[in-house]
Amino acid sequence: MARVVVDVMLKPEILDPQGQAVQRALPRLGFDGISDVRQGKRFELEVDGPVDEAALARIHDLAESFLANTVIEDFTVRVEEVAEAVK
Amino acid sequence: MSRTPLDTVEHAAATPDVELPWAELGLKKDEYERVVEILGRRPTGAELAMYSVMWSEHCSYKSSKVHLRQFGEKAPENDALLVGIGENAGVVDVGQGYAVTFKVESHNHPSYVEPYQGAATGVGGIVRDIIAMGARPVAVVDPLRFGAADHPDTKRVLPGVVAGIGGYGNCLGLPNIGGEVVFDAVYQGNPLVNAGCIGVMRHEDIHLAKASGAGNKVILYGARTGGDGIGGASILASETFDDAKPSKRPAVQVGDPFQEKLLIECTLEAFQEKLVVGIQDLGAAGLSCATSELASNGSGGMRVTLDDVPLRDSTLSPEEILMSESQERMCAVVEPEKVDRFLEICEKWDVIATVIGEVTDGDRLEIFWHGEKIVDVDPRTVAHEGPTYERPYARPAWQDELQADDANKLPRPRTADELKDQVLQLVASPNQASKKWITSQYDHFVQGNTVLAQPEDSGMIRIDEETGLGVAIATDGNGRYAKLDPYTGAQLALAEAYRNVATTGAKPLAVSDCLNFGSPEDPAVMWQFAEAVRGLADACQQLGTPVTGGNVSLYNQTGEAAIHPTPVVAVLGVIDDVARRTPVAFREEGQLIYLLGDTREEFGGSAWSQVVHDHLGGLPPQVDLERERLLAEILISASRDGMIDSAHDLSDGGLIQAVVESALLGGKGARLVVPDGLDAFTLLFSESAGRAIVAVPRSEELRFTDMCGARGLPATRIGVVDGDTVEIQGEFSLSLEELRTAHESTIPALLA
Repeated sequence: MARVVVDVMLKPEILDPQGQAVQRALPRLGFDGISDVRQGKRFELEVDGPVDEAALARIHDLAESFLANTVIEDFTVRVEEVAEAVK
Repeated sequence: MSRTPLDTVEHAAATPDVELPWAELGLKKDEYERVVEILGRRPTGAELAMYSVMWSEHCSYKSSKVHLRQFGEKAPENDALLVGIGENAGVVDVGQGYAVTFKVESHNHPSYVEPYQGAATGVGGIVRDIIAMGARPVAVVDPLRFGAADHPDTKRVLPGVVAGIGGYGNCLGLPNIGGEVVFDAVYQGNPLVNAGCIGVMRHEDIHLAKASGAGNKVILYGARTGGDGIGGASILASETFDDAKPSKRPAVQVGDPFQEKLLIECTLEAFQEKLVVGIQDLGAAGLSCATSELASNGSGGMRVTLDDVPLRDSTLSPEEILMSESQERMCAVVEPEKVDRFLEICEKWDVIATVIGEVTDGDRLEIFWHGEKIVDVDPRTVAHEGPTYERPYARPAWQDELQADDANKLPRPRTADELKDQVLQLVASPNQASKKWITSQYDHFVQGNTVLAQPEDSGMIRIDEETGLGVAIATDGNGRYAKLDPYTGAQLALAEAYRNVATTGAKPLAVSDCLNFGSPEDPAVMWQFAEAVRGLADACQQLGTPVTGGNVSLYNQTGEAAIHPTPVVAVLGVIDDVARRTPVAFREEGQLIYLLGDTREEFGGSAWSQVVHDHLGGLPPQVDLERERLLAEILISASRDGMIDSAHDLSDGGLIQAVVESALLGGKGARLVVPDGLDAFTLLFSESAGRAIVAVPRSEELRFTDMCGARGLPATRIGVVDGDTVEIQGEFSLSLEELRTAHESTIPALLA
C-alpha cells in the first residue's frame, strides 16, 4: 500500500472567489499579514501494489482527465511516505 | 516585469518603423493601415490592443452592420419603445410607469472550451447589460443548441453548461423562466449558448452609457482586474507582446456570482440616489470598450490613469489591463461632489471602487501608465468608426437542390399502428422529449414573482403585486427551417415567439435577437445572414414589434462546416393582470379542444421528417404574418375574457406534440376526431404556422366561436379533454402512462 497525493490548484491567473473570500475574512477575524489566499483541492489515492513508473503514469492520466479541469486548473502528483506503523 | 522601453505615444512617434504584431491580434493589413492613417503615426502597443479588440467582429459588427441597419430603417412606429438599438439594451414601456429592458446575447465559444464557466459568465454578462440600463434584473432565459444528443461530447458540454447557468443564476437569485434546448449534429463543435435577461425599472430611472461633463470622475468598481479572457474578444498571443512572460494567458473567464449580486445592489443603490451620470458594464474588450464607448457617447474627452486599476495579478502589462475580460466589473461616471457618496455605497456592499480617470473637455481619450502617455486617440475611431465590410454574398448552389428534396414526398405511415409508433417515436425524440431534467436544475420561482416558466409557451413574471401587471418572454429559433430558407426561417422564429407570448395571454411588444451563423467570409453563410436579417426586419415591421437590440455571433463553424443559420428571436409581451394568463395544461375534463388556423401539408424541416426519416429538405412552412397577428389578438382576447382555460402553440412536432404536452402537464387525456378535409397524418404532424390549440369550457363555446367567426379566424372543433388516454378516433389510443414514459425518460437516459 502506498499513498499518492494529487494537488489541484486553479491556475495562478484564474479568479479564485473562495480564496478571496477567505483572504477578506482574515483581517476581520484578527489575522493580519496575509496578502493572498488561493484555495485548492487535495486528493489522496491509496494505491494497490507498488507505485512504479507505470502506476504514476496512470495516476497522472486520471488526474489530467478527471480530477483536474486542465482548462483552468493545474495539478501535481507526488508519492507520500506512509508511516511504518500503517504497513 | 514591465516592458522596456515602455511604448509611449512619444516613443511610437519617434520609432515609426517598429513592427507591431497586428496580424496576430486579428487585424487585417488594411485595417492596420487605417489605424496608422487615423493616428498619423504607428499606434503604441496599448493603442493597437484597443483597436484590435474593438475592431474585432465581436465588438464592431463589421460584417453584419450593413445588414443590421434594416432593423432601424424598417422599425415600425411603436410608442412603447423608450430606448432603441445601440444602447446596452433596449427599453420598452409596459404601462403603469414601468419600463422593461431585455436582451439576448451569445456566449457560444467560451461555453465549448469550458462549459461551466463559459455559460456562467454568459449569464453574468447579460445581467450586467441590464443593470447598466438602470433596471433591476428579474429573470433570465437560456436558448441552447447542442450537438447530437447521443454524442459523447454532448455529455461533456451540456451538463457543464446547464450547471453553469443554474449555478450563476441561482446564486444571483434570478428565476430562469424560459429558453429552449435543441440537439443537432451541426452544433457538435459549435454549441450555441445564448442568454437573455429581463430587467424592470420606473421610467425615470433609465440610464445611458455616456460620459459627459468635464471634470466628472470615471470610477471602475467591482472585481479586481486579472488576466482573464485576454484573447476572448480578439486573439492575443501575449508572447508577441513580451517574450519574457511565462504563460500565454487563457481565454477562460471565471465568474463570481456573489460579487455580481453585490454589484447589482450597489449599482441600483447608486442609481437610487442619482449619483451616476453615465454607466457601462465591462464585457468583451473590458476597459478598452468601456472607456472608448463612454467617452465617444459623451463629449469625447477622457483621461485615464491605468496604474490606478486594482489588479489581481501585478505582472499584467498595460496592454493586458486594457484587454482583460475579468468579470463582474462596471465603470461609472460620477460628478466630483458625489464621488465620496458613491465610494461609500461601494464600501457598504464590499465592492472595490477606484477613481481611474476623469472626463475632459477635449475630444481625446488619453491613457497614462507610470506617468507616461500610452494612448492618445479619438475614442469615436475606436468605438464607432471601425471598419465596415460589404462582404460578398451569394445564394449557395446547393440551395435549390436542398429545396427540391421535398419532405412532402417522404413515405408516410400506412397503417394506424405505424402512425401510433411514429407518434411515440416523435414525442420520445431528444428534441421533442421533456427537458425537465435540464430545466429542473434551474430555480424558476425564486423572488416569488414567477407566474409561468418552462415548459409553458412563454415565461411570465409579475412586476406589480398590486395590479398584477406582468411581462412575458419567449425565445424561439429553428435552424432547420432557416437552413431551407433563411428569409422564411427567421420570420418563422419571430412568428413562433410572437405566438408563444400571445398564447399565454400577453400582448407582444418588442423583439431582441441573437443571430448565430457560420463564417461571414463564406459567401453562402453571408447570404444566409443577409436573408435572415431581411426576413426578420420585414416581419418585425409588419407585426409592429421593433427590434430593440441583440447580438450577432459569427464564425460558428468548424473547418468548412458551418452550423445551420440560427436566428434566435426573443419576443417580450405585457399582460395587464397575470391572473388572466393561459397555461398549457388541460385543466378540466369535458372542455372542448379547438384547433385555430389552417393546416396544410407542410413537412419540410419538420420534426417528423427528422425523427422518422433523418431528412432535411424541401421548404419550411409558409408564413402569414397577418394571420399571426389575428391569432394573437384572438388568444389575448380569449384569455382576458376568460373564454379559454388552456392554450398551446403548434410548432415543431405539430399538433400531436402540443396535445401530448397539454395532456401530460394536466394529467388529463384527450379524444380527437380528424376533421373533414384532413387526414390523420397531416393533422398530427404538419407544422403549418399560425396555429394553436385551445381548450374551451362548454359554457363559453358559443361566445368563442362567434368571436373567431366574426374576426375570420378558422376554428375547428377537433375533440374533447377526457380520460387518461390520448385517442385519435378510428386510429389509435395511447395511455398517458405510456406517453409519459416515452416523453420523459429520453433525456435522463442520455445525460443523467
